[in-house]
Amino acid sequence: MVKQTETAVLLSNVVKRFGRVVANDKVSLEVRRGEILALLGENGSGKTTLMNMLSGIYYPDEGQIFVNGQEVRIGSPKDAFSLGIGMIHQHFKLVDVLTAAENIILGLPGKAKINRAALAGEIREISQKYGFRVDPNKKIYNMSVSEKQTVEIIKVLYRGADILILDEPTAVLTPQETDRLFDVLRKMKADNKAIIIITHKMHEVLSVSDRVAILRKGQVVGTVETKDANRQNLTEMMVGHAVSLKINRPQPAENGQEALKIEGLTCLNSDGIKALDNVSFTLRSGEIMGVAGIAGSGQKELCEAITGLCPVQQGAICLSRPEGENLNIVGLTPTEIIRSGISMAFVPEDRLGMGLVASMDIVDNTMLKSYKIGKGPFLDRKTPRALAKDIVGSLEIVTPGLNAPVRLLSGGNVQKVLLGREIASKPMVLIAAYPVRGLDINSSYRIYDLLNEQKKKGVAVLYIGEDLDVLLELCDWIIVLCGGRVSGILDASQATKEEIGLKMTHIDALKEADL
Amino acid sequence: MRPLASQPDNSRKEPFIRITKRADISRRNAALIRSAAVVLALFTGALLIITLGHNPFYVYADMLKGALGTKTVFKETVKTAVPLLSAAIAVALAFRMRFWNIGAEGQILAGAMGAAYFALFQYKSMPHWLLLIVMCIAAIVAGGIWGLIPAFFKAKWDTNETLFTLMLNYIALGIEQYLQNGPWKNPRSGFPKISMFTAEAKLPKLFGVHIGWVLAILLAAAAYIYLTHSKQGFETAVVGESTNTARYAGMNVSKIIIRTMFISGAIAGITGFMQVSGSDFTLTENTAGGVGFTAITVAWLSKLNPIIMIFVSFALAILEKGANRIQTTFKIPASAAEVLTGVILFFMLGCEFFINYRLVFKGRKERSNG
Amino acid sequence: MDKLINLLYAAVLAGTPLLFGTLGEILTEKSGNLNLGVEGMMFMGGVAGLAGAFYYEKFVTAPSGALAVLIAVICAFFSGAFGALIYSFLTVTMRANQNVTGLALTIFGAGFGNFFGEVMANTTASGYAGVGNKIKDAFLGISIPGLSSIPFFGKLLFNYNILVYLGVIIAAAMAYLLNKTRAGLNLRAVGENPATADAAGINVTLFKYIATCVGGGICGIGGMYVVMVTCSGIWVHNCINGMGWIAVALVIFATWNPSRALLGSLVFGGLSILRLYLPLGIPMQIYGTLPYAATVVVLVATSIRQSREHRIPQSCGYNYFREER
Repeated sequence: MVKQTETAVLLSNVVKRFGRVVANDKVSLEVRRGEILALLGENGSGKTTLMNMLSGIYYPDEGQIFVNGQEVRIGSPKDAFSLGIGMIHQHFKLVDVLTAAENIILGLPGKAKINRAALAGEIREISQKYGFRVDPNKKIYNMSVSEKQTVEIIKVLYRGADILILDEPTAVLTPQETDRLFDVLRKMKADNKAIIIITHKMHEVLSVSDRVAILRKGQVVGTVETKDANRQNLTEMMVGHAVSLKINRPQPAENGQEALKIEGLTCLNSDGIKALDNVSFTLRSGEIMGVAGIAGSGQKELCEAITGLCPVQQGAICLSRPEGENLNIVGLTPTEIIRSGISMAFVPEDRLGMGLVASMDIVDNTMLKSYKIGKGPFLDRKTPRALAKDIVGSLEIVTPGLNAPVRLLSGGNVQKVLLGREIASKPMVLIAAYPVRGLDINSSYRIYDLLNEQKKKGVAVLYIGEDLDVLLELCDWIIVLCGGRVSGILDASQATKEEIGLKMTHIDALKEADL
Repeated sequence: MRPLASQPDNSRKEPFIRITKRADISRRNAALIRSAAVVLALFTGALLIITLGHNPFYVYADMLKGALGTKTVFKETVKTAVPLLSAAIAVALAFRMRFWNIGAEGQILAGAMGAAYFALFQYKSMPHWLLLIVMCIAAIVAGGIWGLIPAFFKAKWDTNETLFTLMLNYIALGIEQYLQNGPWKNPRSGFPKISMFTAEAKLPKLFGVHIGWVLAILLAAAAYIYLTHSKQGFETAVVGESTNTARYAGMNVSKIIIRTMFISGAIAGITGFMQVSGSDFTLTENTAGGVGFTAITVAWLSKLNPIIMIFVSFALAILEKGANRIQTTFKIPASAAEVLTGVILFFMLGCEFFINYRLVFKGRKERSNG
Repeated sequence: MDKLINLLYAAVLAGTPLLFGTLGEILTEKSGNLNLGVEGMMFMGGVAGLAGAFYYEKFVTAPSGALAVLIAVICAFFSGAFGALIYSFLTVTMRANQNVTGLALTIFGAGFGNFFGEVMANTTASGYAGVGNKIKDAFLGISIPGLSSIPFFGKLLFNYNILVYLGVIIAAAMAYLLNKTRAGLNLRAVGENPATADAAGINVTLFKYIATCVGGGICGIGGMYVVMVTCSGIWVHNCINGMGWIAVALVIFATWNPSRALLGSLVFGGLSILRLYLPLGIPMQIYGTLPYAATVVVLVATSIRQSREHRIPQSCGYNYFREER
């Protein structure tokens, strides 16, 4: 088994800084042929930066890189290709309006005129070898996420890469699609390619990799054989101290009143396509309802329909009011909803593009939804300033000051400003869309705690999530969306991940089970 | 296995210059960089002057003399600065909303036409002060409507406002030319010209310049307060940053776009009123005369701050008056002012880079802070 | 029938500068640069083209018409490209705001054109800068023996000045480049998604510079056409008069497609001279605003009919920095 130990890439004391931030601090790492190396680390631990230096996106400030035993300088993605290094980025690097084939040959040398027939043949050949299914002439914007990923992988293989880097490849896949991807990776490994997979999902590390390198705060804190590793010790290395992985789940309030009742909700998205189709469910006070589904299954429209931002085609959205009867808010604008006495808070997915104003300071952002309060044409900044101070203090937000633009804050602190403001409005219904996306573990757990506190206070929480493990541990109920339709509503204490995964892709398989 | 033939050239060293983002920069340093940019722009202008065979020091000195040298020319310079300032305030309001209103030119003309109607045909029916107020209101309404049209389409269908507002400039000009050649033509003149206003329709003077200068400074102060301390100004800024956020915050985005553009057009309209009533005393096709475009420069160079605009508009007025002067003394075409304005803009745009980023040269270690 | 032919003939002549401007801007926008300075670059190209022919005539005893045309084209191209180079340097290298840089280029270019136009005029005894009849004639229609005398089609197809044919050739070449070649594919990728292009090993900066500068050069030829053909080889103050801006709007009308730019410029060229052929009893000044009003209609119509395929390159208007985090 000589091949098993053949070194493909060797990084030695690599350093990369961004301004004052040291993203990678003297990182040394070895990648071998015929193995799958998992690069494990929290968000912000420097995994992606490190790999971007291998793929030529960034240039290291210090240190050496060896490929096939020779020291190399990777100054551009082109250099990386010619060394056989190919990276599949987390956010796909594909051009939407071009076809799969066009994307695959992007930037490659060759005859000035493109020979489309020959190209399609070559792509078919690669597809057959590894078991992909792809139509070379399909435009990217017509493709599903997993098809796009396939194109990305073929693109890298077409360039003759034998060192493949995959950045969080499973983040947007269903469990079934993930399994298929892992099969492909194993085939490539058998083909003696070196594969690096960046991830922070423990079970994937354990199921697919041969070795694990753990990064923390820009440094490699250890490399272990996967067969010697387990969930707990990997997590501890990753976070740096012992953490409880269990999210505590307080008992939901008994006989909580109906806070939000949705019946037969149908909405169109901005392209005029049906994004929600006959969705019905009930959310009670003092419980957390999780929403699971592949990205783009109607989660965004659901949140925005409830908050009055997305026009409703059909159906009813009834919200309870502290005084007075329940109110169907369909057709009302956000301002009218607020005026009607409904207190609802919404933490949108796009924090800096929707929830906050990136270039404004914390004070101005605190008054974003309440600036109209008070008489006269002028703003009152005193009350928001006091509230901002409060939020910064109680949520331990790290900021240069109340007058610093929020775009200068880190992701976790940005989210705390947003969630802090929303909770401060003392809502009866709280909608949180992907509230921990991009946050490190400690910040994520702080957010879970905040949501649980709200639940205990009797708030009805709708949690849109992507990590099924978290959904299962945090929520009381899980509603699964598939192509805009509800494919199941499950009791989170009994459901399994596989069950949810299946419902995320198949709507018919559960007719008898739940509906 | 891949052949090793395509190994990259290992002799290539790390890039000579790398660019890193500055964490922040002191106000003093930013001001220094911007001043250096102006100096470099003037230096570039000097090179141009040299190639034309003149001594740049004499030419620049003559420009200053032509703009500030005597009481008379100083008054003229102020008179030039007034429309620049008020039009800059107008476009700045729209720019704060990231609405690229480059139609101030047309909005000025629209306002001027509105005011001119009353000045030409209704001057007998009301007292002096009332006529001026009515003219001003007519200018506000006409300019406002001219600004509101593209805003309506922007709000409804996201129609590109840059080109829309621009096309409206040419349409406004066409209407003005029609009035000048047809219905409003002075019947006693052989040329297609509109009659001069009577004394009732002229703005009074303060310190030798029509009181438009007071009005413009008041507008600057009001705009400053509006943008930083009013609820409407806050809404404008939020919409400019992200319409999604604005909708999320419960704002009526369409209403805000239309309202802001009405105000922007109205202020441009007031500019037109001041031009016909205070400066030209008639309506011509040159009433706007490029002010709407130069105002964009003023607004941008002032970073949309109305108070700074007071100084920048005065500086550009000096440039323009100075260029007129050197046309007569040195036979350098007055378009030199535009060239120089363009060059100054180029340098100001370029210098922002050094305010936002820092260059790291090869071999030099990065300092630990910016 | 004759009237129609005359109208179409005149529409082609009036539409050609718009065609150059539109093609130049399509190429520019395909690289993700929204250069609003077309007007300025046309001014720059116009004055440089005139200067080239003007000084050539001045220094040569027996000037050749064909050579004068060639010199004018080259001078106009490089002058327009120079304006675009300033733009590229500021937006690509110095990362300045594209909108404002384009406006600055318009101000600068207009000043540049008028300034040097007048400087040239100051050197002549007559007080205006113009070329002699021989060179003027070289910019008039060529007649191809045989072909030009075919009834109907002869005048309509084979009787224009050489620049009209140059415009059509550039349009065809651009259509081929963008749709059939690797370079065109890479350019489209740069304009759509520069981060992707960069990761695929395409030199984004180089593509942006080249496309923008060549695009600017093509706009410059359009400006030269205005001076040498429309104004008969004499510098007229503010001669471009908004044509560059109409070209920017025509890019939207043409849906970033060079072949459709041919149609668009023909229609708009027709609108601008229609009042001479089809008096509708509308006052002349109002009739003159027709192309601008039509542009507005086009803008509104295209914004209402949003299509996935035919729209502005996605990154257009935004600068790309690789190391931005």
